[in-house]
Amino acid sequence: MKLPDAEKLCEELARELEPRIGPKSAMIGLYTGGAWLAERLHPMLGVHAPLGLMDIAFYRDDYHARGLQHDPKRTKIPFDVNGRDLLLVDDVLYTGRTVRAAMNELFDYGRPQSISLVVLADRGGRQLPICAQHCGARLEVPAGMRLSLKRDPAGRLALVLEPERAA
Amino acid sequence: MQRNPQLNANGELQHLLSIEGLPREVLLQILDTAESFAGVTEREVKKVPLLRGKSVFNLFFEPSTRTRTTFEIAAKRLSADVINLNIAVSSATKGESLLDTVANLSAMQADVFVVRHASSGAPFLIARHVKPHEHVVNAGDGRHAHPTQGLLDLFTIRHYKKDFTRLTVAIVGDILHSRVARSLIHGLTTLGAPEVRVIGPQTLLPTGVEALGVRVFHDMAEGLRGVDVVVMLRLQNERMRGALLPSAQEFFKHYGLTEEKLAAAAKDAIVMHPGPMNRGVEIDSAVADGPHSVILPQVTFGIAVRMAVMSIVAGN
Repeated sequence: MKLPDAEKLCEELARELEPRIGPKSAMIGLYTGGAWLAERLHPMLGVHAPLGLMDIAFYRDDYHARGLQHDPKRTKIPFDVNGRDLLLVDDVLYTGRTVRAAMNELFDYGRPQSISLVVLADRGGRQLPICAQHCGARLEVPAGMRLSLKRDPAGRLALVLEPERAA
Repeated sequence: MQRNPQLNANGELQHLLSIEGLPREVLLQILDTAESFAGVTEREVKKVPLLRGKSVFNLFFEPSTRTRTTFEIAAKRLSADVINLNIAVSSATKGESLLDTVANLSAMQADVFVVRHASSGAPFLIARHVKPHEHVVNAGDGRHAHPTQGLLDLFTIRHYKKDFTRLTVAIVGDILHSRVARSLIHGLTTLGAPEVRVIGPQTLLPTGVEALGVRVFHDMAEGLRGVDVVVMLRLQNERMRGALLPSAQEFFKHYGLTEEKLAAAAKDAIVMHPGPMNRGVEIDSAVADGPHSVILPQVTFGIAVRMAVMSIVAGN
């Protein structure tokens, strides 16, 4: 299966988002892939508020089944969330559970004016009523395969497809 | 080979009983997780939903304010329900009755037992008898171990010094009665600190302490020379049997940390103390409140470390 060029998708997303950036806009990237994408988009869009980075480990809904994920990153939101128009950035949208967890965590920081979801790729397979407002590409990915973003040492982004690790 | 009683079949942390015998990866997992929880404790809403619906029983057979309180705060910030039990222990309350207490609490659907006990090994005994979904965290057992204090000390050292592999750490005072010292020494060696020193009078050093891989000093000026981290221990009056020391004043003269003695350490040395402090016995107020002191940050970090420990064990 041929995957779209992540670099190109990123540029297209930036063009799509640019007219929507206002004084109340702020961006939060979800670790790990979403953080890479957000680190790329944030300077391209000239968002005034510094970039936020979020790890949803403490809000996952599978903690009781799978335990705490190893090496959670520290969530850093260096601006006041209250009243913001937030762009929540992730690499791949799948079940929607990560986004739900991220929204729960966000509301422990404050009450944003709005949240829009930005993803590089939507692979379908939603288990929750969540959709992306800004999506680079829609892809049909067979179950049992994992679609994710990788970043090489030079900083180039690429989508990769690999068999899902056994849980 | 007998399995480490703290780890499950997958090598994951099931109970926290002692730093001794914990693999480096598990220690680092706890410290890294605590780093993320430290972020949570700086927010407006200092709670995460991980242990919602779980019950944490603080089982204190020995009095403690700070440790119990920080465990309670940590459990509440994980959204657990916390039940505090201060159980005065009589000499007759041993073995059977300890397990009976635990069995009763287990019948009340406990998920995590935080145990402090005057007898070394009590948390191990409990861990051997709890159900698979129940977890035990040692909050100090006799002279044996105090792993969460050791972990928060390690967290504090890493916070200020970043890298263990270049550090010289001195632990000063009543090593003999200190479970904190033992836990910390094991942690430091596991994480690769090249030099750990213990400084104290012969009577307050356990025999064979060198076997833990430490250098022994009896003189402060010599022992503190060039150290990056100074860990002062409390003189444990309540654990002293017989005349190990002439007097508290005498102890302060030789081993109390003053600015003058601290001058031998590295310029950017940090001073730690597990608390509660005896000012004027093991530490001078000028040092305790001085620029090198990180004693109060230790307490704050202790909450994040205990959140990490409870959320890791309760998930495994």
